[in-house]
Amino acid sequence: MDAFLASPIGILAITVAQALAMLVPLLIGVAYMTYAERKIMAAMQMRKGPNMVGPFGLLQPFADALKMLLKETIIPAGASRALFIIGPMLTLVLALIAWAVIPVADGWAIADINVGVLYLLAISSLGVYGIVIAGWASNSKYAFLGALRSAAQMVSYEVSMGLVIVTVLLCVGSLNLTEIVRAQSTVWFAIPLFPMFIIFFISTLAETNRPPFDLAEGESELVAGFMVEYSSMTYALFFLGEYANMFLMSAMTTILFLGGWLPPIDMAPFNWVPGPIWFILKICVCLFTFVWVRATFPRYRYDQLMRLGWKIFLPFSLGWLILTAFVLKIMGWLPA
Amino acid sequence: MIAALAFYVFAAILIASAVMVVTSRNPVHSVLFLILAFFNASALFLLAGAEFLAMILVIVYVGAVAVLFLFIVMMLDIDFSRLREGFQRYAPIGAVIGAILFLELLFVFGSWQFAPEAGALRMNAAPENGLSNTAALGQLIYTDYIFLFQVAGLILLVAMIGAIVLTLRDKPANSRRQDIGVQVARGEAVVLTSVPPRKGLAELGIVRRPVPAPPKPKAIHGHGHGDDDHGHGSDDKHGGGHH
Repeated sequence: MDAFLASPIGILAITVAQALAMLVPLLIGVAYMTYAERKIMAAMQMRKGPNMVGPFGLLQPFADALKMLLKETIIPAGASRALFIIGPMLTLVLALIAWAVIPVADGWAIADINVGVLYLLAISSLGVYGIVIAGWASNSKYAFLGALRSAAQMVSYEVSMGLVIVTVLLCVGSLNLTEIVRAQSTVWFAIPLFPMFIIFFISTLAETNRPPFDLAEGESELVAGFMVEYSSMTYALFFLGEYANMFLMSAMTTILFLGGWLPPIDMAPFNWVPGPIWFILKICVCLFTFVWVRATFPRYRYDQLMRLGWKIFLPFSLGWLILTAFVLKIMGWLPA
Repeated sequence: MIAALAFYVFAAILIASAVMVVTSRNPVHSVLFLILAFFNASALFLLAGAEFLAMILVIVYVGAVAVLFLFIVMMLDIDFSRLREGFQRYAPIGAVIGAILFLELLFVFGSWQFAPEAGALRMNAAPENGLSNTAALGQLIYTDYIFLFQVAGLILLVAMIGAIVLTLRDKPANSRRQDIGVQVARGEAVVLTSVPPRKGLAELGIVRRPVPAPPKPKAIHGHGHGDDDHGHGSDDKHGGGHH
C-alpha cells in the first residue's frame, strides 16, 4: 500500500482525493450560500425568502441548479463562440484553483507552498479576465461596458489590496499561509492592523464585484453588465464563480486578519473546538458581512468608486505600511 | 520524468501561443495568446524552482500589464481589411529586418562565453544556504545591491513624472469641479430617524412631502422613485428567474 502511495499514480490519486475533499464541501457551501443570502436579505427586508421547495426552502439551491441545467444555452449570433464559453469557465476555474493553497488547519493544505500569498494574489488578479473575455466575446454594448468597468475597478482595488497584504507580511516575515496564521497565535492581525482590515474587506467587496461595488453588472443602467447575454449553464458558471470568489476572499480575510484556524482565546472551551470548525465559522462571519453590506448599502457611483480606490485607499494603505515598518523597526519586532 | 514531460508541454504551448500572437488576425486574440504565453513562461519558472519569479510574472504581467493592454486593444475600432492592405508591399522589408536581427542573435549566442561556475549555478535555482527563493532575492536586491536597485527605481520615477508632466494640462478657469463632501453630505431636507418596524414613518409624525409632479412625463419609463425600489434593486441580479 505504501509503495503504491509513493508511486506517481498513488501521488496523483492522493492529490485528486485531497482536491475533491476541498472542492465538494466548497461547492455545497456555494449552493447553500445562495440560499443563505436570500434568507438573510429576506429577513433584513422583512420578507420570508425562499420557503416552498423542501422544508424551509432548503432544497431551493438544487431546484435552481436543475432549472439552470435544463435551460437552453443561447450563444448570440455575433459572439466570438470559443471565448464566449471560455469566459465563464475561466471565472469558476480561477475561483476554485486558489483553494489549493488555503490551509484549513495546521498542515491541512493541499499544497503548502512558500509563496502562498503571492499565489492567491496572482489568482485573484486573474479573475478579471473571465469578466473581460465574457464582456468582449458577447459583442454587445452593455456587456462590453460592464467588462470595461470591471477591468478598471479590479485593477484599481488590487493595488490597495497588495499594499495591505504587504503590511501583514511585514509582521509575519514569511509568504507561507501557514506561517501567517501561526504568527497570529498571540493576537489576530485584525486588532493591531484594524484600519488595514477594514480596507482589505472593502477591497474584497470591490474585487468580487459585490454590492455596493457591483457596477460591472449594475442592472439599473447596464441590464446585467458583462453577463447580459448569458443563459443556462454558462450563466450558472458565473454565478458559482462569484460565490466561490466570495468564499475565497473570506478565506483570505480569515487567514490574513482573523487568525485562520486558531481559536479566539487559547483556553479550555475554545480550544476544544477543532481548527477547521473555527476556520469555517470565521468564513461564515465574513460571508454574512458580505450579505449584510449588500442588503444595506446603495450602489456607489462609478467615479466615487475610482476616487475611493485611488485617492483614499491607496495613500492611506501606503502610509500605514510605512508606519507599520517604522513601528516594527523602532520596537525591534521585525521578524527575523 | 514527469518534470521533463511538463517542461515540454509548457514549452510547446508557450511557443505555439507566441506564434499565434503574431499570426492571429484579431488583435484581441493576440493579446489573449500573449497572456497564455506569459502563463506558460511562469510555469517554466516554477519547473526551474524559481517560485517567486513565477508568481511575480503572473501578478505583474498577467494581472496588471496585460489587463491594461487588453483594455486598450478591446476599445480599438480596427478595420481588418485595411490592416492587411500593405502586407505584400512591406513583407520583404520585414523579412530582411527579421533576418538581420536573427543573424545578430546567432552571432551573439555563438560567441557567448559562459563563466565556469555558471552551469552548476543554473542547475539549482534555490540558494544553498537554506534560504527560500524569496528571502534570497530580497537579500540580493535590498541588502547587497540596494543602491543600484534604488537608482533603477529613481529612473522609473523620473520616467513616470515625465509622462505626467507631458499629459498634465491646466484646467480652464471655468471648468466645474466636484466636491464629493458636499455631494454626499446630508442636507437639511434629509432626516435620519429610527423607524419602528411594521409601523412606518407616520407613527413618528413624519409626513412625506408630496413630490411635485414632473413637468411633462416623456415616455414609458416609469421612474418609480418610491422608497421601496432603492434597496432591493440588486435583488434582481441573481434572483433573476427565481421569483
